[in-house]
Amino acid sequence: MTDSKYFTTTKKGEIFELKSELNNDKKEKKKEAVKKVIASMTVGKDVSALFPDVVNCMQTDNLELKKLVYLYLMNYAKSQPDMAIMAVNTFVKDCEDPNPLIRALAVRTMGCIRVDKITEYLCEPLRKCLKDEDPYVRKTAAVCVAKLYDISSAQNTNLGLVEDQGFLEQLKELLSDSNPMVVANAVAALSEINESSPTGQPLVELSTSTINKLLTALNECTEWGQVFILDSLSNYTPRDEREAQSICERITPRLAHANAAVVLSAVKVLIKMMEILQGDVEFCNTLSKKLAPPLVTLLSSEPEVQYVALRNINLIVQKKPDILKHEMKVFFVKYNDPIYVKLEKLDIMIRLASQSNISQVLSELKEYATEVDVDFVRKAVRAIGRCAIKVEPSAEKCVSTLLDLIQTKVNYVVQEAIVVIKDIFRKYPNKYESIISTLCENLDTLDEPEARASMVWIIGEYAERIDNADELLDSFLEGFADENAQVQLQLLTAVVKLFLKRPQHTQGLVQHVLSLATQDSDNPDLRDRGFIYWRLLSTDPAAAKEVVLADKPLISEETDLLEPTLLDELICHISSLASVYHKPPTAFVEGRSAGIRKTLPVRQGSDEAPAQEATVIPNQESLIGDLLSMDLGAPTIPSGPAPTTAPISNVDLLGGGLDVLYGGTELSGAPTAAAPSTTGLLGDIFGITTTPTMYTPPKTLWLPADKGKGLEIRGTFSRKSGQVHMEMTLTNKAMQVMSGFAIQFNKNSFGLAPLVPMNVTGLQPGQSLEYSLALSTTGPVQRMEPLTTLQVAIKNNVDVFYYACQIPIQILFLEDGTLDKRVFLTTWRDIPSANEVQYTLNDIKGSADAISSKMTMSNIFTIAKRNVEGQDMLYQSLKLTNNIWVLLELKLTPGSTTATLSLKSRSVEVAPYVFQAYEMICKN
Amino acid sequence: MSSSAIYILDIKGKVLISRNYRGDTDLGVIEKFMPLLMEKEEEGLLTPILQTNDSTFAYIKTNNLYIVSTTKKNANIALVFVFLHKIVQVMTEYFKELEEESIRDNFVVIYELLDELIDFGYPQTTDSKILQEYITQEGHKLEIQPRIPVAVTNAVSWRSEGIKYRKNEVFLDVIESVNLLANANGNVLRSEIVGAIKMRVYLSGMPELRLGLNDKVLFESTGRGKSKSVELEDVKFHQCVRLSRFEIDRTISFIPPDGEFELMSYRLNTHVKPLIWIESVIERHAHSRVEYMIKAKSQFKRRSTANNVEIVIPVPHDADSPKFKTTIGSVKYAPEQNAITWTIKSFPGGKEYLMRAHFGLPSVECEDTEGKPPIQVKFEIPYFTTSGIQVRYLKIIEKSGYQALPWVRYITQNGDYQLRTN
Repeated sequence: MTDSKYFTTTKKGEIFELKSELNNDKKEKKKEAVKKVIASMTVGKDVSALFPDVVNCMQTDNLELKKLVYLYLMNYAKSQPDMAIMAVNTFVKDCEDPNPLIRALAVRTMGCIRVDKITEYLCEPLRKCLKDEDPYVRKTAAVCVAKLYDISSAQNTNLGLVEDQGFLEQLKELLSDSNPMVVANAVAALSEINESSPTGQPLVELSTSTINKLLTALNECTEWGQVFILDSLSNYTPRDEREAQSICERITPRLAHANAAVVLSAVKVLIKMMEILQGDVEFCNTLSKKLAPPLVTLLSSEPEVQYVALRNINLIVQKKPDILKHEMKVFFVKYNDPIYVKLEKLDIMIRLASQSNISQVLSELKEYATEVDVDFVRKAVRAIGRCAIKVEPSAEKCVSTLLDLIQTKVNYVVQEAIVVIKDIFRKYPNKYESIISTLCENLDTLDEPEARASMVWIIGEYAERIDNADELLDSFLEGFADENAQVQLQLLTAVVKLFLKRPQHTQGLVQHVLSLATQDSDNPDLRDRGFIYWRLLSTDPAAAKEVVLADKPLISEETDLLEPTLLDELICHISSLASVYHKPPTAFVEGRSAGIRKTLPVRQGSDEAPAQEATVIPNQESLIGDLLSMDLGAPTIPSGPAPTTAPISNVDLLGGGLDVLYGGTELSGAPTAAAPSTTGLLGDIFGITTTPTMYTPPKTLWLPADKGKGLEIRGTFSRKSGQVHMEMTLTNKAMQVMSGFAIQFNKNSFGLAPLVPMNVTGLQPGQSLEYSLALSTTGPVQRMEPLTTLQVAIKNNVDVFYYACQIPIQILFLEDGTLDKRVFLTTWRDIPSANEVQYTLNDIKGSADAISSKMTMSNIFTIAKRNVEGQDMLYQSLKLTNNIWVLLELKLTPGSTTATLSLKSRSVEVAPYVFQAYEMICKN
Repeated sequence: MSSSAIYILDIKGKVLISRNYRGDTDLGVIEKFMPLLMEKEEEGLLTPILQTNDSTFAYIKTNNLYIVSTTKKNANIALVFVFLHKIVQVMTEYFKELEEESIRDNFVVIYELLDELIDFGYPQTTDSKILQEYITQEGHKLEIQPRIPVAVTNAVSWRSEGIKYRKNEVFLDVIESVNLLANANGNVLRSEIVGAIKMRVYLSGMPELRLGLNDKVLFESTGRGKSKSVELEDVKFHQCVRLSRFEIDRTISFIPPDGEFELMSYRLNTHVKPLIWIESVIERHAHSRVEYMIKAKSQFKRRSTANNVEIVIPVPHDADSPKFKTTIGSVKYAPEQNAITWTIKSFPGGKEYLMRAHFGLPSVECEDTEGKPPIQVKFEIPYFTTSGIQVRYLKIIEKSGYQALPWVRYITQNGDYQLRTN
């Protein structure tokens, strides 16, 4: 006889019938009736009307019947809170039953009934059960504390109930319980309570001795208990390296557990500990080696677990690329893998692709590109493109693989290939354009907007190489109106490019497209772009050329890498949903149940001073008001780390602008000397790596070897202790020795001139030499266009060579570029608003203070800082070597990555270069 | 932490049974599950995790059932999936087959199990042998109330005390599965051995077992580096094995569960010569016929024999009128799988066999392009392990001091054995 018979009653008056059966005297009848009720409940019928009758059956010594009644109560108590109270007595009685199974059942069920009045009665029995002699009851009670906490915080009426009633303390005591399962459940409950703590601070901190108890229990509890313990360990930050190391050693055996969840949680703890142990290279290396095999084995588990593992491996590969670098093959896709596993494997293959394994990867990708699943094939083709961009030496192979795929003429393969080839062209300009003709052959088959747009872009970009570019573009114009907006925009630009490159026969074409874009289109973007081109072309074709044919920035190699701080946060969430979504929990969990934001522990050895909010100016209406109050009131000196040097650095810590308050006179001459110590101190506080000197842009190629008859010069400019230097790397790529070097500058905007003659004696073939040339700023001045251009002539025994380079303007910022606040204010007001320029900085990272300290290093001084409506305003000044003052206002919105910069200066023409300097300094 | 609620749905998405553990979600959210699943499937973005605006579904599919867990928090999702599979395992052990019918037939027990398996989203006791001691299918008699087995909270949570056998025996099967992926040119892309040691334990009391293998790490540390040994790359143990003990001195010591279980698994990434190698020549004459020439070669020692060798060769789905010719075994066309299966009951080492197949193709071609499924091979070679792993001893110590007999068996079989075709 099976239970299915209970589902069959569908007669009218069923509830009535059940009611009488429930009140039957015979126990067996009663039980049958309750089963019928539960069956109805299971199929979704509302049987809440039977509440009193079912509750009447609760007092029974039949365990099965009791369980069913409890189940019914859990489901319906919420809808019948008043009647639920009837059950309380039985619950309380059951909590004292001689059978531990019943005691546990009662306390477990009570915790699941989310009704205020019941919760009140729960406290006493729960307190007893937490001390029960039977571990089964204790472990059930431990979880019940978490339930109680959840209910009381959801109801808002009994907030603090768990703390007030001392349950938190009792739970802490259970961490030392003799039974490992009790310990595991207690730690799970505590972790949950900590996560949802209203203050954002954990309510209970784990101490070293508790950690030891947990590590002991880890060896003895069930697989699930092990996961609870490991997850709570992952929130613990050890005191020192020794403790971290001993935790690692005791956790490592878990990597051999058959349960994938245990393995992943252990991996999480180990990677976190490795962060602390970075100093111990040997230990970390051994540990890394131990991590690889278990991660690989996770790929033989069930497909869903594989998916979770792969998403996590994706993170681990980004954080620690070495761990799996030799394991490429295990990520090869199997024919019968589910699609979601296939796609994830593909992603990891690309991340692991390197010069050593690229040929294997490519042959696999090519294989995948001939499969049937369209999504997978597309991704495989894209992957080939990503390989080309990531592994430079393989680009050629990738391109030829893509060409082979184009030959297959499979429509979507061709289209994907063209999209990625466009990216390859951008990454490696002037290298693979020979294949354009092959691409053009497939023009007719392209029907997806992205592929069409890419193809049009290619035609426009290489119009000079494609003989019939005009015909090709013309053919596209026929159906212009029907094209997707993306394609229309590309067409417009491509035709203009074509016209600028080959103006002879394309005038008609360009006029046609301009009129299509401006007159026949409803799309504002297209119209605007059309008008801009039109005006540019009609007023200043040279400018048009500069705009339309400008050099494009290189596309980045790893656009798909996660941002490092996010990556670190996600590493702390290994094996959780966040690690699968690759999003922080706050992005998908509501309210404070998202838990405390997790970060990787700070590396030991670097002093972690708490980040101080060094607010210079109290938040008030106007700057004037601020200044007044500052003058009157005593300055607030943060109780942060004791300054290492006397008052000077203390003042500078406050933002470098407070000197005024200290009378200034004896300090005014000193800022130069104070600057390094300031930056050092600030650097420590904000945990950024301190560079003692200002930011120097990387060297760029000034004179290529083919123009310098074998002499190659790469160079940049720097400012070291108030002195401008031209930093050069001279390389002799010719076969003969070079000697007799001399250097001369053309007149330039800032009067830069060599301070001393160039002193390079001889350069052997193949030799490279670093040379730093000190420069003065008092040479002859002549305005250049662009302003920062510097024309250089360099002579050696072979020839004289000329080249031009750009001076990064920040090297011309003087060390005494700081202003008195009042002077700043009046100057700002005095400069007419016509001399104000606005600029938007993108991708700003870090707090206002961090940015301001970076700026100070580059001699951009923060005069004042204040907070207006949640936005941080930095008032900054700088002075150029030719005594031009520049005043700036930087507006930062916390949480946003863009910032607005307003600049005022008598010589506003320096503005674009200052903006460039800001970009550079902020991003480095 | 993990699950807010667990649902079991039928293939159409109708809830068969459910249990709400945390009360933070309305049980009705499950209504969104099927539509979301269909939508994602349509878009080709189906993953085992589906997200609605405020909660997450994690699901597995088995026997036309969906087992779904919902959560609103940042749950430990690895644990959720392992646990969902565990539910299936436990219920299968309870009801033989977990399917729609068995769920309706046993809903009372299932409710009881759901109550015991997991509490407030935290998995608890999931060992079906232990569960069966206090959650029984017959319903409990009034007189004797069940008690919790000590094992539930014991350090040894997988074995109850007081087990008795008249004859104490242990069976140990060492089963190695060979995973192989070869490309159409005949190059092996990857090969690995996944080994498992499965046990059937019929022992009385609380026996202490110690298993000795020819483990390379152990041999080297004890100065027997020259003896034949095996380097186990990644070893995974059943929870009964003392992991810390293994970490210290590579001793595999444990108190086994009763009955059947998998003691350990291991993986070797060594490059093995494919045990059965297939060469295929496929000639496609579009619109008329396709011809196959399949050569199977056994590349293991002559004394060994592979049993029940099945070579599954995919064919186009519109192929017709099959004709086969072979020197050995039998060939069958399975149109429902779009494949032919060549079965060789006994395939000795060092032999080579040939099979030819011929199919007609329709003159009108189907528009859908077909994938190129690989050739798959199934086989079983008894008394032989590819890795050379050996059980050196199995010591059984029980305080009553009985003598027990260990039986050891070795088998090598196919795992994921795929050879791509042109």
